[in-house]
Amino acid sequence: MTSPQPRIGVLQVPGVCDDRDALWALAALDAEALFLWHTETELPDLDAVVLPGGFSYGDYLRCGAIARFAPAMEAVAEFSATGGLVLGICNGFQILCEAGLLPGVLRRNESLSFVCRDVPLVVERTDTPFTTRCSEGQHLVIPVKHGEGCWYADDALYEELEARQQIVLRYAEPVNGSRNDVAGVVNERGNVMGLMPHPEHAVDPLLGSADGALILSSLVESARERALAAV
Amino acid sequence: MKATVLVRPKQGILDPEGQAVESSLRQLGFSVGQARVGRVVDLEVESADPSAARAEIERMCEQLLANPLIESYEIELAEEQG
Repeated sequence: MTSPQPRIGVLQVPGVCDDRDALWALAALDAEALFLWHTETELPDLDAVVLPGGFSYGDYLRCGAIARFAPAMEAVAEFSATGGLVLGICNGFQILCEAGLLPGVLRRNESLSFVCRDVPLVVERTDTPFTTRCSEGQHLVIPVKHGEGCWYADDALYEELEARQQIVLRYAEPVNGSRNDVAGVVNERGNVMGLMPHPEHAVDPLLGSADGALILSSLVESARERALAAV
Repeated sequence: MKATVLVRPKQGILDPEGQAVESSLRQLGFSVGQARVGRVVDLEVESADPSAARAEIERMCEQLLANPLIESYEIELAEEQG
């Protein structure tokens, strides 16, 4: 008997452009992926939610600052409050930070230049639902494409995050000026993660790297376990 | 009532945009110290009462116009502007 496909929602907010890639990648990794429209006030029955990348509301004001007030985001916040798995990629990460679901904020790259290239990453934690398929200290190559990926937290917040081991991914070399080269963080509870690199663009060797599949298939597996536990 | 909100990068926060402006001004021959770049939001609010308007705009700043982690804000009401 095959195990059931977990249902993973991909949030569509105006200005987001990686929604189809995220949907395709999740489906390729054996999830039942479906779009969620930003005006929806309730989520369907889901095992995880992905906030894909792009430029929601034209990045006006601050990246993610407007999208966080999308009606569907209230439902996503409730979903995460009950322990639901939420992954934010790039603009999705920015939205989760603006919404207060993840710590810190993403600012303009220190170079002021848009960065678009494959970057080397180091996995700091493998006990999150998003990294179970990785090994500790593993090097991954996943592309970034952002102008505002410089993650910032003040000293006090950063120390707290280090102490609670909320840093999941770091760049292996400076990319955008992020504090201590942070590329991905989780919330305290460990069920919400955000990262600037795009795993959905690296799920097939044809695209240069399949390392992104390690992140997304970790999520799919964790979502599947939750789906099975709920049966 | 008209109001202006000034949003600035907090002191101590790296401001690469300000640094780029600063170095461009120096290249033009201006002798400048530090330049910091923020944002201006001109608003019209319904309330005619200055303290109520100010309180409302403060809520706007906390919720949307500024990110308190990295930005500070200042509110100027039209009536108070000389």
